[in-house]
Amino acid sequence: MTDAIAPRYGRRRRTDKVMLGLCWAATAFGLGWLVLILFSLIWNGASGLDLAVFMEMTPPAGSTGGGLLNAIVGSLIITAIGVAIGAPLGMLAGTYMAEYGRYSKLASVTRFINDILLSAPSIIIGLFIYGAVVVPMHGATGIAGGIALAVIVVPVVVRTTEDMLLLVPNPLREAASALGLPRSHVIIKVAYKAARAGLITGVLLAVARISGETAPLLFTSANSPYWSVDPFHDAMANLPVTINNFVNNPDPNWRRLAWAAALIITFAVLVLNIVARVLGATRAPK
Amino acid sequence: MSDHIVKSYDKDLEALGRKIAEMGGIAEKMLTDSMDALSELDMDLARKTIESDPRLDYLQREIEESAILTIARRQPMAVDLREIVAAIRVSGDLERVGDLAKNIAKRAMKIAAEARLPRAIIGLKHMNDVAAMQLKDVLDAYAQRDGEAARKVWLQDAELDALEDSVFRDLLTFMMEDPRNISFCTHLLFCSKNIERMGDHATNIAETVHYLVTGETLPLDRPKGRGLIDPVIVAGQLSGGGADERPA
Amino acid sequence: MNAPATTTSMPSQSADGDKIAVKDLKFYYGNNLALKNITLGLRTNKVTAFIGPSGCGKSTLLRVLNRMYDLYPNQRAEGEVLLDGENILNPKQDLNLLRARIGMVFQKPTPFPMTIYENIAFGIRLYEKIAKSELDGRVEKALRGAALWDEVKDKLSASGLSLSGGQQQRLCIARSVAIHPEVILFDEPCSALDPISTSKIEELIDELQENYTIAIVTHNMQQAARVSEFTAFMYLGELVEFGDTSKIFTSPSQKRTQDYITGRFG
Repeated sequence: MTDAIAPRYGRRRRTDKVMLGLCWAATAFGLGWLVLILFSLIWNGASGLDLAVFMEMTPPAGSTGGGLLNAIVGSLIITAIGVAIGAPLGMLAGTYMAEYGRYSKLASVTRFINDILLSAPSIIIGLFIYGAVVVPMHGATGIAGGIALAVIVVPVVVRTTEDMLLLVPNPLREAASALGLPRSHVIIKVAYKAARAGLITGVLLAVARISGETAPLLFTSANSPYWSVDPFHDAMANLPVTINNFVNNPDPNWRRLAWAAALIITFAVLVLNIVARVLGATRAPK
Repeated sequence: MSDHIVKSYDKDLEALGRKIAEMGGIAEKMLTDSMDALSELDMDLARKTIESDPRLDYLQREIEESAILTIARRQPMAVDLREIVAAIRVSGDLERVGDLAKNIAKRAMKIAAEARLPRAIIGLKHMNDVAAMQLKDVLDAYAQRDGEAARKVWLQDAELDALEDSVFRDLLTFMMEDPRNISFCTHLLFCSKNIERMGDHATNIAETVHYLVTGETLPLDRPKGRGLIDPVIVAGQLSGGGADERPA
Repeated sequence: MNAPATTTSMPSQSADGDKIAVKDLKFYYGNNLALKNITLGLRTNKVTAFIGPSGCGKSTLLRVLNRMYDLYPNQRAEGEVLLDGENILNPKQDLNLLRARIGMVFQKPTPFPMTIYENIAFGIRLYEKIAKSELDGRVEKALRGAALWDEVKDKLSASGLSLSGGQQQRLCIARSVAIHPEVILFDEPCSALDPISTSKIEELIDELQENYTIAIVTHNMQQAARVSEFTAFMYLGELVEFGDTSKIFTSPSQKRTQDYITGRFG
């Protein structure tokens, strides 16, 4: 290095260090809160976890003991309904946008609306389903909750499906077409295969997204202290609404169960996210 | 011709062209000098002619090597490919012209002691002028990439062939007149053959130039200036003085 | 030099000898004219090479021949492309049947994300209902035809993506050959390959021409000179010169051809 540029270079290095320090600080700030949240969650939730949580129904206020079994099962059912309805719809729409309608007006309009839906407040979706399903059915049901979640699933899956299919290189489609494959075969046998990991990841992320949603369920499936597995009649117990109800109560037993429920949801979401990450990292379309 | 994108390619081809030009100059000078040495019986000139041949051989080898290198390194196409093939062929022809001129110079040194019959050399001198003119014309055609001029040289070769015939007859006559001329005339006979060959090489170069410029080869059968030479028949005609029947 | 291209050394235009005859072909990307009145023929069971600078339309022309452009909007062709005398530009042309007759191999190897065996069997099953044993035979024959069998016979159930670049490209050739096309289009098949793999592909093309009519687009002029019988030089969407490869590379009749193949313009 010549002497002429040494001072300037030194200044640049100092600037570099300062900026790097700021970046570290910002990262630490964000991560710090996350760690605090997780820590308080585990601290409060782990103490409330026992076998009974997975074996017994939600207890009435003021009693001791009881568990979350009906809420866990209800959540699983509602989430399954949401995915079962939302994922196929989302994948079909995403496929249309990425494959058939890639250059069409309809696809770009759909994409725009989908983006709006993606960021729509979930309470509004809950209200809408309340009006559209709960009122005609004369009461909250599991299916109504499932449909509300499906409305959240659809835009997520549409987005990931489209993105993942767009990542499949065009030459691969051309190569398949060049063999004389009809369009449908090109998509199902080649494009889906190439994008499989990404598509599964998208669905898993959607599941993670809806498994903690509370707002859309408040008026749709509501909550129930009983064993409720019939989605077409009566309200259905679920974890998020249970947390919502229990945590606002002075009863210490309810608050203990609310923390336990929060920990269960967080843990489930974490596992789903990790699985999605691993799938996405190892088998992403090249 | 516009330049290549790769400039060193142009330089390679230019270097090749310069060497061919140098060879052409040397060969032309050897061709005329050898005849001057023969007709003037100038031993110094003969020696100088002989001494310039190694340079020609050296240049020819250099051209061949750099041409091969260019082919290997640049994979020449179309006109470049023809350019390089032409350089190899022309340098080969020029090197042969040098050899033939050297041979004439050597013979000039040999017959200097028994020099006689200056009139016998007049025909040879004329032949040599024609050959020199052809060589000059064809080298000009090469330098200017003039396919039409090359074709003209190619057609002219008939003249040299006809001249060789007549020189042959003359020398045969001298030998028959006086057997003491035989050794001397035989040398001259070889010289005339050499000159005729130099003309052939000029023709070869003309063919090469034509190919270089047009990308097309000239036909295999060139117009001939004579039929077969059979010394016995020619001698018979000369001594018998009979009807001028040329052998078919 | 702006006059429409002249094709001086056209190989004799015997319509019978041509598998594909292109007549007055114009091609548009939107309003942009990419091919200007192309007329030429692909001789049956011969290799025809297309050379020219990037963007000259050579790949576009290839993609017209199997109507690959139909996958994209705003692209259209005018004129005639006759395959055995039938105009494939006819809107009623069944594209899948057409593409089964005209195979294509791309610049980058494009193995499907499935096993080596499936990569080949997949295309066969689409058009033919055959027994498993017969299918095995067809797969082996195709792999042998692409000079790949010895290298992959022990790992037919491995992913096609696990092969090397050259092997992947030969797998793609095998895939095309397996469904018995009549014409094979190569779009710069060796541009991503090392010289040894390139030689193997070229040897393969040489063998394939016994049974198939072949068109190859290449940036590598030496490759065009090596593999083809006829060469077309294209420039700015025009066919500048079309003729015997031996003529094009030794004494082209057009100055633009000469300038291009000798490296005098970019």
